[in-house]
Amino acid sequence: MRIVRMNTNTPANNGDTQDLSLLDPIIAKHKGKKGNLIPLLQGAQELYGFISKEAFAKLSRETGIPLSDMFGVATFYAQFRLNPVGKNIIKVCHGTACHVQNAVEITESIEEALNVKDGETTEDRFFTLESVACLGCCSLAPVMMIGEQTYGKLTGNEAVKIIKNIRLAEKN
Amino acid sequence: MPTTVTVGLGSCGIAAGANKTYDKIKALKETDKLDFLLKKTSCVGMCYREPLVEITDETGTYLYGEVDADRAVEVIEKHIHQQEPIRDYIVYTDLFDAPENNFIRAQVKIVLRNCGYMDPESIEEYETRDGYRAIKKIAAEKTSREMVIDTILKSGLRGRGGGGFPTGMKWKFANANKSADKYVICNADEGDPGAFMDRSVLEGDPHSVLEGMIIAAFAIEATGGVIYCRAEYPLAIKRLNIAIKQAHEKGYLGKNIFGIPGFDLNIYIKEGAGAFVCGEETALIASIEGERGMPRKRPPFPAVSGLWKKPTNINNVETYANIPWIIIHGADAYAQYGTEKSKGTKVFALAGKVRHSGLVEVPMGMTIRDVIFKLGGGIKNDKKFKAVQMGGPSGGCIPDFLSDTIVDYDSVNATGAIMGSGGMVVMDETTCMVDVAKFFLDFTCKESCGKCTFCRMGTKRMLEILDRITNGHGKEGDLEKLEELAYQIKDNSLCGLGQTAPNPVLTTIRYFRDEYEAHISHKKCPAKVCRPLLTYKVDEEKCTGCMVCLKNCPVKAITGERKQKHFINQEICTKCGVCFSKCKFESILLS
Repeated sequence: MRIVRMNTNTPANNGDTQDLSLLDPIIAKHKGKKGNLIPLLQGAQELYGFISKEAFAKLSRETGIPLSDMFGVATFYAQFRLNPVGKNIIKVCHGTACHVQNAVEITESIEEALNVKDGETTEDRFFTLESVACLGCCSLAPVMMIGEQTYGKLTGNEAVKIIKNIRLAEKN
Repeated sequence: MPTTVTVGLGSCGIAAGANKTYDKIKALKETDKLDFLLKKTSCVGMCYREPLVEITDETGTYLYGEVDADRAVEVIEKHIHQQEPIRDYIVYTDLFDAPENNFIRAQVKIVLRNCGYMDPESIEEYETRDGYRAIKKIAAEKTSREMVIDTILKSGLRGRGGGGFPTGMKWKFANANKSADKYVICNADEGDPGAFMDRSVLEGDPHSVLEGMIIAAFAIEATGGVIYCRAEYPLAIKRLNIAIKQAHEKGYLGKNIFGIPGFDLNIYIKEGAGAFVCGEETALIASIEGERGMPRKRPPFPAVSGLWKKPTNINNVETYANIPWIIIHGADAYAQYGTEKSKGTKVFALAGKVRHSGLVEVPMGMTIRDVIFKLGGGIKNDKKFKAVQMGGPSGGCIPDFLSDTIVDYDSVNATGAIMGSGGMVVMDETTCMVDVAKFFLDFTCKESCGKCTFCRMGTKRMLEILDRITNGHGKEGDLEKLEELAYQIKDNSLCGLGQTAPNPVLTTIRYFRDEYEAHISHKKCPAKVCRPLLTYKVDEEKCTGCMVCLKNCPVKAITGERKQKHFINQEICTKCGVCFSKCKFESILLS
């Protein structure tokens, strides 16, 4: 399921300053190679968690790829984010197997607990809630993934408990 | 032979806690100075029994199921220390009747021949299991390219990604087009929700896919290879990278490989960026080239003008994994399985409301009923089987009364569904078919690339109608409008996504028309799924007056005193379902 896209009316950057020189090795690696646009964007996103306006501008300036092409590709693929994300991304699976086993309840419970909507980030930028199409763990449906960890056979209450525990663990 | 303990560490095993099991056993081995070989493997397909631990000693092989860290301690204590296998935990063995013996024995493992039986990160183990023997055989016997293609043609292998186009034919076309540069691509962009065969093969046996690609590259004289893999499969990508590195070290990739003069091949991985349409071959090529993954018009087919406008052969993961087996055992050995027009085996990902969810590989021609009831163990919680969804968003729902349909490309197509990549999501009486159709359409609507008007806007219009129906605002004539739109979209879209997007709606209207009509005319959802059509009531027999529902109701529609029966005011109730999910005594009734 495609992630809710950036609202193009809001500034893409959240005001944090980014060290754009970190992009230099990525540009050096991919510059001039054919088919380099997606790896460039993937590299930038890995660095900052999202692709800011400034990062777009620098990539375009130094590789000669038109900004419009970059933006076109970045908005086509679900992977690319144009807004900053929380520290922990909660990916709730909405594949077929999870859907018929009430994945909607998982998303709704988390929405309620974190007071965010699907695709949004909590105010403290600790969690981002997302829906994904299929994590391929259908036998454990319904599932969600936080970081590298997958949690299976969930109920709404259990999902909320897991999230609360992550927050607790982080605070201590 | 030393005793070996093998832990299954596929994605689903890890999600079920297999890493903890592995760590526990490793710690026990060290503290107790135990003499056994601890190994890792991937998914054997028995996902519903994960985490799985296999112990092989001189008496035989025992597969233990649901081994969490605590049970691991018990198993090691009894089986290793005291040499007494724990019968109750054993799910599969050759030595006596174990609960899952039939699950393994009813299968024919060709694609999954190594999955769960070897360490996927070891090229040596792959080689001891006939790995790279097929390409070595081709090199040693100086088999011609044409003969390789001929073998694949004769085997009857058809594209396992869902299209079902004969693989040998594809290779023949790519071979016929001469060019200094040619490419082989492996489509590992397994986007169908509910399908996970390719992930398991890549995680469990990455070398077989590489070997299949190498053989394809030999047959069509390709100079480069690309594996286009979903970024959502980090473990598959990691293991593929290891496999490619090992193949380079052994000289199986690079220049003049396998001693065949002039046979140079490099393979690299391209991570997908999350677009379902990129499973379509021309969109996939556009994506590798760094563009928006939009399909192109065919012809020219990729065999003529593919990646970078060079002749290109694209096959799916499962197709490639079949190739080495066919070369070693011959086309006839493969063609002995299956039906007249669909040869060999097919891997299915069983999921949904089925008892044994996991991976199964069966010969083509088995009935759907046998797959679900014999291998899948029937329906969870003894509910009634209603339908099985095959082929993901491009497929359809096959109802229970057609479950004697055999699995082969043509029989499944005749029902209006498609074989697809092999996802089988089982549905029971608590699944609403209108909701399922809406779910898939919502998916294709979001994933439509937007190039063709009918797909872009038609799916949106269909979704709006379905939304209305499930919200209780269905009108007479909605079904006819849905059908009309469906055929328009099918006829006027360029690629497979649009041509098949209406299938889930068409098949559900065809087989479950009464359910649609209940939604439209009677404003009722028989499966009790579509919330706006339900009424929530308190069961006065069961209500204990605990006040949990009352406190959680967001609109304060529930009244009642502590230890008194509660009451839901239907005029205020917004049917959000919170009371239903919060009640611990099942005293909220749906009707």
